[in-house]
Amino acid sequence: MEEILEIYKTITAEDVKIWFKAAKVSDFPKSGGACVKYKEKQIAVFNFERKNTWYACQNVCPHKMEMVLSRGMTGDQNGIPKVACPMHKKTFSLENGKNLNGDLAPIATYPVKIEDDIVYVGFSE
Amino acid sequence: MKKVVVIGNGMVGYKFCEKFVASEKFNEYKFTVFGEEPRRAYDRVHLSEFYAGKTAEDLSMSSATWYEENNIDLHTSEMITEIDREEKTVANHRGTKYSYDYLILATGSSAFVPPIPGVEKEGVFVYRTIEDLEAIETYAKKLKSEGKTQAAVLGGGLLGLEAANAVKELGLDAHVVEFAPRLMPRQLDQGGSDMLQAKIESLGLKVHVSKQTDFIQGNGAIEGLQYVDGTELKVDMLVISAGIRPRDEVAKECGLEAGLRGGIVVDNRMKTSDDSIYAIGEVALYNNMIYGLVAPGYDMASVAVSQITGEIDNLMIDHIDMSTQLKLIGTEVASFGDALCDSDDVDAIVYENKRSGIYKRINISKDGTKLLGGILVGDSSDYNALFQIYDTAMKLPENPEDLILGNRSGDGGSLLGDVMDLPDDAQICSCESVSKGAICGAIENGSCDTLGDVISCTKAGTGCGGCKPMVKDLVDATLKSLGKEVKDTICEHFEYNRQELYDIVKLKGYRKYNEVLDTHGKGDGCEVCKPLVASIMASIYADTANEEVSIQDSNDRFLANIQRNGTYSVVPRIPGGEITPEKLIVLGEVGKKYDLYTKITGGQRVDFFGARLDQLPKIWKDLIDHGFESGHAYGKSLRTVKSCVGSTWCRYGMDESVSFAIALEERYKGLRSPHKIKGGVSGCIRECAEARCKDFGVIAVEGGWNLYVCGNGGANPKHAELLAEQIDNETVIKYLDRFLMFYIRTAAPLQRTAKWLDKLDGGIEYLKEVVIQDTLGLVDDLEVEMSKLVDNFQCEWTQAIENEEIMKRFNHFVNSEEPDDNLVFVPLRDQKMPEHWK
Repeated sequence: MEEILEIYKTITAEDVKIWFKAAKVSDFPKSGGACVKYKEKQIAVFNFERKNTWYACQNVCPHKMEMVLSRGMTGDQNGIPKVACPMHKKTFSLENGKNLNGDLAPIATYPVKIEDDIVYVGFSE
Repeated sequence: MKKVVVIGNGMVGYKFCEKFVASEKFNEYKFTVFGEEPRRAYDRVHLSEFYAGKTAEDLSMSSATWYEENNIDLHTSEMITEIDREEKTVANHRGTKYSYDYLILATGSSAFVPPIPGVEKEGVFVYRTIEDLEAIETYAKKLKSEGKTQAAVLGGGLLGLEAANAVKELGLDAHVVEFAPRLMPRQLDQGGSDMLQAKIESLGLKVHVSKQTDFIQGNGAIEGLQYVDGTELKVDMLVISAGIRPRDEVAKECGLEAGLRGGIVVDNRMKTSDDSIYAIGEVALYNNMIYGLVAPGYDMASVAVSQITGEIDNLMIDHIDMSTQLKLIGTEVASFGDALCDSDDVDAIVYENKRSGIYKRINISKDGTKLLGGILVGDSSDYNALFQIYDTAMKLPENPEDLILGNRSGDGGSLLGDVMDLPDDAQICSCESVSKGAICGAIENGSCDTLGDVISCTKAGTGCGGCKPMVKDLVDATLKSLGKEVKDTICEHFEYNRQELYDIVKLKGYRKYNEVLDTHGKGDGCEVCKPLVASIMASIYADTANEEVSIQDSNDRFLANIQRNGTYSVVPRIPGGEITPEKLIVLGEVGKKYDLYTKITGGQRVDFFGARLDQLPKIWKDLIDHGFESGHAYGKSLRTVKSCVGSTWCRYGMDESVSFAIALEERYKGLRSPHKIKGGVSGCIRECAEARCKDFGVIAVEGGWNLYVCGNGGANPKHAELLAEQIDNETVIKYLDRFLMFYIRTAAPLQRTAKWLDKLDGGIEYLKEVVIQDTLGLVDDLEVEMSKLVDNFQCEWTQAIENEEIMKRFNHFVNSEEPDDNLVFVPLRDQKMPEHWK
């Protein structure tokens, strides 16, 4: 099952070769997440309205390998934006993917940009 | 840089690395670790949980990246076959050499296989590694498909019983076969063993003591055990768990001093006969003993670290404590100090209660001053206190039997008196060797100010977890002694408790989460305070969960319970459990149409499992079209009011329990509260509705109803307490309105009614004053608030399917109509279930 994780690697803004056009801004919930399908990947994309910032990460929670993080609740821990998995409330930093309340492996994060009310997620391939 | 090579990546080998990493001198060393198993060190103590759904990853001691992050070169699936002490190198099975300055032997042990003829037969296993468990699981599946179910475990010790539990988890009939006349012969006396045997036999396991196996029957595959006494046991599988043997081969070969019966000799610095080589854990022979428990292994790791870094001169203590507390097959068992001592200088005090399955024994010195050891079976809640009394040689009470019978004078004092009276060096967490001084000191020196801080900073309570209640008491008491308020604030975003925030929202009339956060909180909120504010607003304004969806708990956001594979369950309301055959057929049709796993719940309704996110609205549309509505099984709100059939049919019934249950469920349905609420109505004192295990329970008696409140089932079952007697239907509703509203206003987040009453100063008597005598002058307000909630009820699923904006939530992808392609179901008894967590 761990092989699911293999296809998710953190992409920084410099690594981006493809900006994938995901959906309109209005298709995403405010202060919440939705899941974007890109090739065989499932990416959770969050509109963090209070910070006026968008974040993206793998949809699979490394705890039990379920495709659920996009359905998690966002918030912050000491200023670090985070998402809480709906299954067992494991929390992850949306900035670097670190597991904030345990020692699970970090999740992969992806850059997001907004242009003309369209949400793009950055990939290297 | 000095080179440290660790052979063995088990629990103790890992602990050695962990302790070394924590040392300030760690960056002066280069670490290479060899493990023969294919995975990183995992928690072998909880191995049987592998069959209860835990994955290898769950059991892992560290995260996947931990070794890399700390620059430790980990070689898994690599066996060290040679140590060259002259050259100071080790070589693996391929002949590759690695040099060392310090060599740590943490090779652990292997399962001891007694020399019984036939152990090589198919179907005979040992119980030691995850691979063993996988092999056992595969074989068990094969047996079951052939209709065979009998499995024996050889060995009735600690590990044997663990293995028996694992075999039972696999759905086989487990037999425990023990050579000695009792179970856990090292820890328990005959009385304790008898009680444990009765307990586990009541759970379906079979125990055979005083049985010596002569040979294993069968031609190729095992067919049974032939005992020396001429009897036999026909079984299809055997798991051997008869003890351990140190893995000392490679160390012996290079000439290190070893014991006659195995194990590498170490001194109290964990050093072997070679100055550069240390041995720790189950391979180390210390005081001519092998210690098969994890706590001494961890201590050895700690000693070896401090000896190598030279930071402190930490030596292994002479007398190693073998006390244990654990839960075996659902039964609490503990044994401490000299548990079995039978000498003349000792008085044993024994308490045995066969009805409740409890056996306790304490051994007291003849002069009545010291506790020397003891045994607890069936209830080990006093273990921590007794262990402290034994370990710190505390003076005993005048009547030492109070230690196991409880103080019967009625002043409610605890065994130990005040936890703060313990000496500073009292060991609180024996898994991680954390003393009382270390726990209190962490708070006093300012580095910690919450329980969580203390746990992460001292590691107390992170092993078996048995000491957690005592750690919490110490933390609370220390904070109090420093004049720090132990405030039950909601989370880092709000410096208020739930009741204060409830009052603020109500007083100011806030309608949006951000308003509350901006005026009374800080930061951006979290998964604790957002649903809390949502729940408060729902209780004040009769909002459904479709209001401000981003702050609703994930289950409320999708109006369904998320289940193991990320699919959801669907539970329509069936008030009081009464349903027409026509509606029952509708449920059957819906379950069939969407291929849902279907089960009857404990609350007398029907639960459908395995619904994908995108199927939820379709399923609910079908249900609502046939007159069903949301059952709120996903919400912190009223679930069901369970009923017995009552006087309408029952020849004993005193009143119409079904009718009243339906009325109550219809009245309180959708009521959002600090935690879930369940109710029950029984038509007579036979109590078939189990109403006293509910948050509110109503039981028909001569002259009316008795109303009970604040009970629950669950992990800490509690019977509801009597609030009022022989009252009529209207009065029940009046008192319930007041009681529920008072609970909703004042409880802490996620606090069930039982816990709430427990913390309420004055308890049930005070509650009677508020609800019945109205000493606070509140009841009119409470009744008005409740009637507003009742009048404004809306079915949130009906709301959802009528609103296109809400329906958008139920697509798995925002950019595709496809469902989640990651879901895998496997068959189960003519239905389906999610694939097991790997």
